[in-house]
Amino acid sequence: MSAKAEARTVKARAELALNDDFLRKAVKFTTERLRSGKKNASSEQGNWEDWRERGRQIRLHTIANLDYYLNLFANNARANGVQVHFADTGAEAVQIAMEIAERKRAKTVVKSKSMVSEELHMNSALERMGIETIETDLGEYIIQLAGETPSHIIIPAIHKNRYQIADVLSKVAGEQLEADTTVLAGFVRKKLRENFLEADIGMTGCNFAIAETGSMVLFENEGNARMVTTLPKTQITLMGMERIIPSFEDLEVMATLLPRSATGQRITMYMSAITGPRREADADGPEEMHIIIIDNGRSLQLGDPEFQELLNCIRCGACLNACPVYRHIGGHAYGGTYSGPIGAVLTPALNKNVAEWDDIANASSLCGACYEACPVKIPLHEMLVYLRRRKVEQGHGNKAENAGMKGFGTVMRSAKRYSAAVRMGQLGQKLVVRGGEIRSKLGPLKGWNSVRVLPSLPKQSFRQRFKTLDEEIRAGLQEMSPDVRSRMEEALKRQRDEKPEQGGHGHG
Amino acid sequence: MKVSLFITCLSDAIYPRVGEAMVRLLARHGIRLEFPEIQTCCGQPAFNSGYWDAARESAATILRAFDDSDFVISPSGSCTGMIHHYPKLFEHDSVLLEKARKLQAKSYEFTQFLVNVLGVADIGATFPHKVTYHPSCHGSRLLGVKDEPMTLLDNVKELELVPLPFAEDCCGFGGTFAVKMADISAAMVSEKADHVKETEAEVLVGLDMACLMNIGGNLRYRNEPVRVMHLAELLAEGAGLL
Repeated sequence: MSAKAEARTVKARAELALNDDFLRKAVKFTTERLRSGKKNASSEQGNWEDWRERGRQIRLHTIANLDYYLNLFANNARANGVQVHFADTGAEAVQIAMEIAERKRAKTVVKSKSMVSEELHMNSALERMGIETIETDLGEYIIQLAGETPSHIIIPAIHKNRYQIADVLSKVAGEQLEADTTVLAGFVRKKLRENFLEADIGMTGCNFAIAETGSMVLFENEGNARMVTTLPKTQITLMGMERIIPSFEDLEVMATLLPRSATGQRITMYMSAITGPRREADADGPEEMHIIIIDNGRSLQLGDPEFQELLNCIRCGACLNACPVYRHIGGHAYGGTYSGPIGAVLTPALNKNVAEWDDIANASSLCGACYEACPVKIPLHEMLVYLRRRKVEQGHGNKAENAGMKGFGTVMRSAKRYSAAVRMGQLGQKLVVRGGEIRSKLGPLKGWNSVRVLPSLPKQSFRQRFKTLDEEIRAGLQEMSPDVRSRMEEALKRQRDEKPEQGGHGHG
Repeated sequence: MKVSLFITCLSDAIYPRVGEAMVRLLARHGIRLEFPEIQTCCGQPAFNSGYWDAARESAATILRAFDDSDFVISPSGSCTGMIHHYPKLFEHDSVLLEKARKLQAKSYEFTQFLVNVLGVADIGATFPHKVTYHPSCHGSRLLGVKDEPMTLLDNVKELELVPLPFAEDCCGFGGTFAVKMADISAAMVSEKADHVKETEAEVLVGLDMACLMNIGGNLRYRNEPVRVMHLAELLAEGAGLL
């Protein structure tokens, strides 16, 4: 952990992760299970592409009208007896929560899983006030005990195997617990039961907030969020301002997309919709309920055509599970609260942290697996490129790379210069070519040739060879069949009618 | 009808045999692939690194080279995919934007053209080897080229196609990513090569020489005797054209 904190670049943190066999094995094991689960669940559902498009449309519409829906939500929630607060910054949100805790003379807060809480560093703020803060999601509980941060959006302790978890929990138990998942979960369940009964405040995140009713909806598998929202007298919900959807009808689409994308489940074990504090006829529920709606950099994306879609994210984690980079380096290497492809874009976007953009955005091969996995089709692979471009535009580019790319432009804008460069390569490579290939690890070859062999340039490039080849082809060219000709003419017609959208797909 | 070859810089300089295979295969169907010499690189290395001015300089040669072509065929889903980014790259220049849109509509990855336009499913090739196929990310995800290579491979006689485990996972090339994030890239390519090895295939085939250079480079480094080739080469060889 301390070594990780010292490693200041993605590259340095990735190196630590790459040398941690336990971590790599654990992350690989779980992400593979999750992504194959998602694959099965989505194909079993059928028409997955249509569902994705519906989800995307709902999110696009909501974010485009976010002011309207936020207002509607706040008014309805207030009418339900909820105290609604707006916080521009993370610090403001923490302040609001602390004031509530102070007023309630709270000694203990129980929490269900919330990435926003992690983003605000809520636990350390409450603990500084002397308030005991207990995470009740199993994974969150483990990393809280270990003094770490979550390394995955939905599986916080994904980087730990059961033996490591047994060690962490054994310290609390005061005896060595068996590294058996049933035993470990049983221990935590018993332990947390006491905390639920004692707690003064229950604190949750929010998966979706329904504008038309002022309800907030939680998806979970352990039942802990239900305990957190029913047992303590006061409840505080932390909610990113973009969590809104218009109606319960839209929730149906989200409830189809989220669990399947996250864990491959058709539905989570628990789905709670909470509409205000306890009413007289209710058997349980908090007497007082607060919702803190948090901006903290989110509104910076509104009106930005390249990044507004980031607010469509429903935090399912599917992009992490699909990402080959994440699989090898885990979540901590990304250095922010949010990891994986979504984190690589969200962290710099929320922080407006230009100088660090490149560093995080470079940790991607732009393979597009994140986009393909995303249930609301956020083009993360394109956003990563936009981040890189913005960094360059704002003058934070790397000097050597700047010069190199300038050279690239100069050479590539003229076929003559390009051909001359290829000829120079054909001649110059003689210094390093042995047996038709390059194995030298000197200078710029080091990165590539540490695990690869580089091919040499053949004597003739294609363009050097083309003339002779073309003469031979022309001499023996067969006549085009009428079938081929008519197919090509049809294709020409299609091309003319086609109005390709930006970044659109190919000729399917 | 003018059918042009967009050779891509990598195939031009390092893998000219791929271009030759395409020329010979299409000639069989009466198509003379024409080669505009003013083309250079699609500009992707600069584009993906955030240097869009440099990318535009390079991309402009592609716009010019294929201005009067009816079809533009490349041996790379990634470089054809880059053409799909041109409308964004030239969004502030109305003249070039129009050209970019036209170019996008007439650009095809090689198997797209062969199967979807020409309707060729069987090239009449025989290739008596155990082969596995790596679907490159940009071709399969961004262009949607998934069934076309499978159709072509299924029709090659005596070819035994073995599925590649986790085939859709990126090989770790990613252009400058392989250099900037060399350790992560190394982990990815090693995993990919492990999967290739698991198949016990004699030949690894694909549609993008950059990815194949990456995987092949790692297999060679480990002295694994797997032959790595572009699908156009395999088909041309199997049809006795190369």
